[in-house]
Amino acid sequence: MDVILFLLFAAIAVACGVNLVVQKHPIASALSLVGVMGSLAVLYLLLGAEFIAAAQVIVYAGAIMVLFLFVIMLLNAGGEPKTPGKSRMAGLLGIPLMAVLLGLLSYLVQRALPKPAGVTFGAFTGGKPYDVGKAIFTEYMLPFEITSVLILIAILGAIVLARKEID
Amino acid sequence: MPEGYLPIFLFMVVAILFPIVAIVAARLIRPGNPFATKLEAYECGIKAASDSRGRYTVRFYIIAILFVIFDVETVFLYPWAVRYKQLGWFGVTEVAVFLAILIVGYIWAFKKGALEWV
Repeated sequence: MDVILFLLFAAIAVACGVNLVVQKHPIASALSLVGVMGSLAVLYLLLGAEFIAAAQVIVYAGAIMVLFLFVIMLLNAGGEPKTPGKSRMAGLLGIPLMAVLLGLLSYLVQRALPKPAGVTFGAFTGGKPYDVGKAIFTEYMLPFEITSVLILIAILGAIVLARKEID
Repeated sequence: MPEGYLPIFLFMVVAILFPIVAIVAARLIRPGNPFATKLEAYECGIKAASDSRGRYTVRFYIIAILFVIFDVETVFLYPWAVRYKQLGWFGVTEVAVFLAILIVGYIWAFKKGALEWV
């Protein structure tokens, strides 16, 4: 069951990713990115990271995508103009060469890196908010506090960059 | 997959299927007779001033980015709230430090007028 769900949502994620690149209109691309984020959330859930899955949906598929849409609307990016002189060689040579590159890369990664212990679904159970709370507030206390500085810098950066126009 | 996610999964399936079924069913049932007058403003309706696909003001962007930032902050507070009793005063202090740093940024943003709709 887990393997079927994994394959299904991995395929959806890849399909949405390809659609993101292929789509001509930026808003359609942004919506396919929502699909990628949503299927990634299901993959996290399959691995047992329940809190991360929920955060993925709330923060990435929700908030960050809204931000992306606002940026697209802000820039008024319309449909991409059709390029007339599209090289046919690009498709003819590019796709096989990309397959060769990916094959070579996966071969090298397989050879160079030590064999990883395979992933078993359901082996990890410490993904509930209760367990995450323990990890964040005891073991990873310092990174948690430093995150607040990171968020602070994000607030400053956003306002300094965007307010210039209004003042 | 962890236990107890079947209802959410079913809910997701219904949510995805609902618009698809509605749109396809409407297309099958309705009579198709499009002409230009149908797209105009009806009776006393106001004529469109410009295209709706215009540029949005940058203020929406500030609101959106501040929303993302405070959203991330809230995500960090949730595990603390769930484990509040076990963490005790140690957790309260940690979150106080975390929030103190962020509230400085919040006050600065407020003073700067970033939260006002100019």
